[in-house]
Amino acid sequence: MSAITHSDVAATSGPGRRLARWLHAHPRAGLFGLLSAPAAWLLVAYLVSLASLLLVALYRVNGFTFAVEKVVGLDNLNAVYTGSTFWKTTGRTVLVAAQVTILCLLIALPMAFAMAKLVRPSMRRALVVALLMPLWASYLVKGYAWKAILDPASGVLEKTIGVTPGFTQTATVIVLAYLWLPYMVLPIYAGLERLPGSMLEASADLGGKAGRTFWSVVLPQLVPSMIAGSIFTFSLSLGDYIAVGIVGGPRTQLIGNLIYRNFGANDVPLAAAFATVPVLIMVIYLLAVRRTGALENL
Amino acid sequence: MKKFSVVAAAAAALSLVAAACGSDSGSAGGAAQKELGKGEGQVNIIAWAGYTERGETDPAVDWVTGFEKETGCKVNVKTGNSSDEMIQLMNTGEYDGVSASGDATLRLIAADKVAPVNVDLIPNYADVFDGLKKKPWNSVGDTLYGVPHGRGANLLVYNTEQVTPAPTSWSVMFDPASPAKGKISVYDSPIYIADAALYLMKTKPELKITNPYALDQKQMDAALALLKEQKAMAGQYWALYTDQQTALESGSQIAGTTWQVIVNLATANGAKIAAIKPSEGATGWSDTWMISKTAKNPNCMYMWMNHIISPTANAAVAEWFGEAPSNKKSCGLTAVKDHCAIFHAEDESYWTDVFYWTTPTKKCLDGRGDECLDYAAWSKAWNDLRAS
Repeated sequence: MSAITHSDVAATSGPGRRLARWLHAHPRAGLFGLLSAPAAWLLVAYLVSLASLLLVALYRVNGFTFAVEKVVGLDNLNAVYTGSTFWKTTGRTVLVAAQVTILCLLIALPMAFAMAKLVRPSMRRALVVALLMPLWASYLVKGYAWKAILDPASGVLEKTIGVTPGFTQTATVIVLAYLWLPYMVLPIYAGLERLPGSMLEASADLGGKAGRTFWSVVLPQLVPSMIAGSIFTFSLSLGDYIAVGIVGGPRTQLIGNLIYRNFGANDVPLAAAFATVPVLIMVIYLLAVRRTGALENL
Repeated sequence: MKKFSVVAAAAAALSLVAAACGSDSGSAGGAAQKELGKGEGQVNIIAWAGYTERGETDPAVDWVTGFEKETGCKVNVKTGNSSDEMIQLMNTGEYDGVSASGDATLRLIAADKVAPVNVDLIPNYADVFDGLKKKPWNSVGDTLYGVPHGRGANLLVYNTEQVTPAPTSWSVMFDPASPAKGKISVYDSPIYIADAALYLMKTKPELKITNPYALDQKQMDAALALLKEQKAMAGQYWALYTDQQTALESGSQIAGTTWQVIVNLATANGAKIAAIKPSEGATGWSDTWMISKTAKNPNCMYMWMNHIISPTANAAVAEWFGEAPSNKKSCGLTAVKDHCAIFHAEDESYWTDVFYWTTPTKKCLDGRGDECLDYAAWSKAWNDLRAS
């Protein structure tokens, strides 16, 4: 494209020149031309796959061979949204995702504050690297490392302090919070960096102690950042099934596990029906946070 | 520009390959292969863990490298962890064959994923035990859909130091007063419902279960109630055999449903465990090597099927996995001389209390009527149990 415009700048007429003139007169068409490629990508890679997910959820499988039969019906969605399994699992998943998000917030707030406002700039860089370091390691390695830490029979915690949550829902929350912590710290850190130091000084000049300054000045400014971080921690927890499988023990099953199980059991339509649940929850969540302006902090 | 032409050439080559493959499968049709050609240089198979040892686990246990040298067929293995997974893998059409258990074979045949087998091309088939030939799970009418691999039982494993006295019953897995309470390792698959049904056959005869794969709603409810009790005592549900293996080694699980091969692997790493077939009998498997209808390497697959049921290889795999071989002549070749006696390879009466994995259908497998629950219902019930 650029080659065409370059060579045609010299010529006063010719098809390229005429096209440029036409585009100048019709800015919307120009915009369309520029955006059509990325838009097509979004459409094909994202929206079409989402639509095909919904479509597959309407199909059914043969009860014996488990081959997908393209007969459209609402049986799967009906089974998913009216079954007791669904409500229990969805409730549990949302609870875990919320707990993970809150835990991440509690750890990330002081951590990000220290990084942005308390330490020297050289130290700040080192801390950011340290925070990002775990992201370089494989997810599975971290999961199995936590398994070795939490194992009730011979794990690190059991051997050193004698107390471990074992392989339970609590363990799942801890491990997921560990895995997603950087995604919460970084937006809050970025939000704090934008917070001018003069505001903290003004608060101090007016007699605000550290706690009061934090609650009344820092925290309100950080709400959009916190929500941005929560979108990551919440949505990632909502879809996770691997960490749950590794440290969740026999009685923790989240939506991700159900999807994986049905996919593994060859009931792809039912798995697709289950997969609409996290999509729906995230849509509701995003619509709710859109009003807060947090989406600008992503 | 140069890059583009390379990509274009690669794409053209790929489409040629695809076209060639397409015509191959087209000509094969529904009939078995007529003659054995030259090996294609490789074969892609789906197998249970422990079915394709090449000396990596134990240098002395190797029946694959010899085959590769002899035939020039490199064996690429994808381990299937459950029958469901194996079916899913076969559905991709990327594999030449599979070691399918009885709960997969008929589904693969019905879904038209496997081709009939011409046993004239498999000389070792002549030595297979008659008791395993032309069975409902490996043939339809007179058409054979595979060669028998061997058969075995799902065993009860227990920690010899922590579970005393040594158990003789599945009650260790199901009784609320189990000494292994909280540290029980359960197989994570809908087909495991049959293990509960088997236990109920003996403990609750009033339910009149005669075949653990033929359950009506009432019998299923009883099995699920038992499994729900078990869930409260379970320490692990394993789908990956290595998960159970490490749990047995670390001692985090001290009793469970297992395969002999897991016991072998864990024992080699120092686990203090033993495995038995309990007094109630057991669920088990009778496996069949099947060839994909769209196999890209059919000749190598035929050679592999002939190899794996050859006396030496069949003896080796049977001994390693802990199952009865399918080839009569392999009984003379096992390292433990009475392996065939221990695993009752020739003793049909032994197998009367071993219920081979098979696919539950609405038409009851015990022949009483059409009130039974099919595998889709089993699958859903297992979902609900695990998610509850």
